[in-house]
Amino acid sequence: MKRRPSSLTIASAGRRRFLMASAAMTLAGAVGMSGRPARAAGTLKVGTYGGYFKDSFDKHIYPDFTRETGIEIESIAEPTGEAWLVQLNAAARAGQAPADVSMMSQVAMLKGQASELWAPLDLARIPNHTYLLPQYVHRYPDRRVDGIGAVAWYITLVSNTDVYPEAPTSWGDLWNPDNQDRLGLLALVSNSFLLEITATTFFGGTDVLGTEDGILRVMAKLAELKPNVKLWYRDEGQFQQALQSGEIPMGQYYHDVAGLAAAEGFPVRSTMPTEGGVNDSGCWALSRASDKVDEAHVFMDYMCRPEVQATLSRKVGTAPTVRREATDLSDAEFDAVSSSIPPIIPLYEMYNERDEWLNQQWTELVTG
Amino acid sequence: MIDRSPRGAGAYVLAFGPGLMLAVFFLVPFGIMLLVSVAEAVKGGAYNLAFDGSHYARFFTPFFGRVLGFSLFIALLTACICITVGFPFTYALTRLGHRAQVVWLVFILAVLSLSEVIIGFSWSILLSRTAGISNLLVWLGLMREPVAWFPGLAALLCGLTYLGLPYTVLILYPPLSRLDPELPEAARMLGASPLRSFFTVVVPAMRPAIVATVIMLFVFTLGAYLLPQVLGRPQHWTLSVLITDQAIFQSNLPFAAAMAIFLMGVSLALVLVTSRLNRRAMGSP
Repeated sequence: MKRRPSSLTIASAGRRRFLMASAAMTLAGAVGMSGRPARAAGTLKVGTYGGYFKDSFDKHIYPDFTRETGIEIESIAEPTGEAWLVQLNAAARAGQAPADVSMMSQVAMLKGQASELWAPLDLARIPNHTYLLPQYVHRYPDRRVDGIGAVAWYITLVSNTDVYPEAPTSWGDLWNPDNQDRLGLLALVSNSFLLEITATTFFGGTDVLGTEDGILRVMAKLAELKPNVKLWYRDEGQFQQALQSGEIPMGQYYHDVAGLAAAEGFPVRSTMPTEGGVNDSGCWALSRASDKVDEAHVFMDYMCRPEVQATLSRKVGTAPTVRREATDLSDAEFDAVSSSIPPIIPLYEMYNERDEWLNQQWTELVTG
Repeated sequence: MIDRSPRGAGAYVLAFGPGLMLAVFFLVPFGIMLLVSVAEAVKGGAYNLAFDGSHYARFFTPFFGRVLGFSLFIALLTACICITVGFPFTYALTRLGHRAQVVWLVFILAVLSLSEVIIGFSWSILLSRTAGISNLLVWLGLMREPVAWFPGLAALLCGLTYLGLPYTVLILYPPLSRLDPELPEAARMLGASPLRSFFTVVVPAMRPAIVATVIMLFVFTLGAYLLPQVLGRPQHWTLSVLITDQAIFQSNLPFAAAMAIFLMGVSLALVLVTSRLNRRAMGSP
C-alpha cells in the first residue's frame, strides 16, 4: 500500500478537487466556445495520490494527453493506503465510480480482486504494453489482465547529511546501537516492507517469510530495532520535515521525494543500500462501475509510452515501468531513479494471504 | 431539566424535526455500524452481511486490554488536567469586566477553529530539539543544550490538553457566570480567605457542572486519533488509532466497527456509572 497519506492531504484534497473541477469547467467552456472539432472523446476521472504526485501529473502529463487525444482528465486526489480501495469498493456496490482509472498499490490490487472490483482490460487495445517489463502487467488468478504498471518507486535508506557526513551503506546500519532514538520508519507492516528488508539483510533472502514461524523469527530480529526508532510514521510529511531539520536524522523513505528535497537544497540524501532498495509500484486499474472503458484503454496505452515514462522519471522521479532500452534516459538520469543493485521485491501475496494475523503480530510488535 | 412532559399536538410537531434529524444522522449510521461490526470481512474493504462475532472475540487478549486501559487512562488524565486548569481560569474570567470577557471568549473560540492536525504538528515543532522551546531556554542560559520533548507521554498530554481546554472553558462559562456572587461574598464576610471560599463554596456549588465537563472531556479525548500518532510513541497509540488503522489502512471495516462499538460501550458504561454516583451523592444530605 503506498503512500501519500495524511489527513493533511485528505483535508486539502476536497478544496483542491473543487478548484480543479471549477477550473476544468471553465476550461471546457472556453474550449467549447473556440469551436473545437468534435472527437470521439469524453472526460476520464483519474485518481492519483493527492499532493506531490497528483500535482506532478496535472502539470507534466495530463495536458499533453488531452491535447493529443481530446480526452479531458478530471484529476482526483486519492487518499492513502487502502482508504481509496474501501471507497471505490463501496461506490462500486452502488454502481458509482468516484474515479474511472485509479493508481493502486500492489496489495490493494490483490485485495480488490476478491470482490472483482477491477474491470478486465484488453491488451490488444493497449499496444504499448509490449514496452512494459513483464512484472508490470497485473492479472487475475485466471490470467485476465486487471492492471497496467503506472510508475515504480524505491524505498531506500535516507539520512541527514549534516548529522551523518558519511552516507550509511547497509540496511543493517539501522540496527547500529549508535543510532538509538534516531530513526523514522513506516508504521504499518504492509507499507514499510520492513519484514522483507530484515529477511534480506539478516536471513539471506525473503524465503524465510514463507511460514508463520519464519515470519516470527524475522519479527524478533526486527524487535531489536525498536530502541532506535523515534518515529513510526504513517504520513510522509510527518517524517520529511523531521528528516530535513535533522530532528530524526535517519530512516526509510521514498527515493523520489528524498531526491527532490535534496535538489531543493535540504541536507538530505537517499542511499541505495548494498542489500538493495525496496522496489514497489503502482498500477492503473479501472473500476468495474466505470463506463469509460474506451477512454481508459486510450489513457493506459498513452501512459505506457516510453517517452511518457521518461518524462515521469525526469519530472516526478519515479522509475520507469517500461524496459530501459526503450526510453531515451541517460545513465545518469536512470541511476537517479533506479539502481543496478537487484532490488528487494515485496511479498505482496504474503500481505494478501496472512492479512489479519500479520497485522495483529505487527501491531503487538511495534506497540509492545 | 424539564419536569413537565410536552402536551398537545404542537409539541409533537415541534419534536418531529429534531427527532427526524436524530434518526437520520445518528441512529441510522449507528445501526449500519452495528450491522457492519458483525459482518463477515471480505478483502479490500468489502463485507458480506452475516452474523460473525469473531471481531468481538479478538478483544479478549492482554494486548487489547492494555490498549483499552491506556486509552481510558489518558482520556481521564486529560480531563482532570483540563478541569484543574480550566475551572479556576473560567471562574476568574467570569469575575472580569464585560469587555475583557468578550475578548477572552473570542480568543478561546478562535482556538477551536484549529484542526487536530495543525495542533499536533505545532506542538511537535514546539517540543522538538531542532526548533523547539528548549532552544529558547538554552539561549536564556537555563539549559545547557536543546533537547527533544517529543514524542512522549508529556507531549501527548500537552496536545490533548490544548485540544480540550477551550471546551472546558466554554462548558463551564454559563454555569459559573450564573453563580450568585453573593455566595462567595458571604463566605468572605464570615472570614474565609479567597482560596478557602473558592474551595468550600464555589467548587461544591459547581459540582454537577464539573462532573458533566469531565465526562464530556473524557469522551471527547477518547476519540482523538491523530495526536497520539503525532505526539506519542507506539505504546501511546489509543484504541482510536487502532480503529483508524483498521478502517483506513487495513480496510477491515467490520473489525474497525466492532472496535468502535466496543469503545463506545465501555465509555457509555463509565459515564452512566459516574453520573449515577454523582446523583446519589447530590441526593444525600
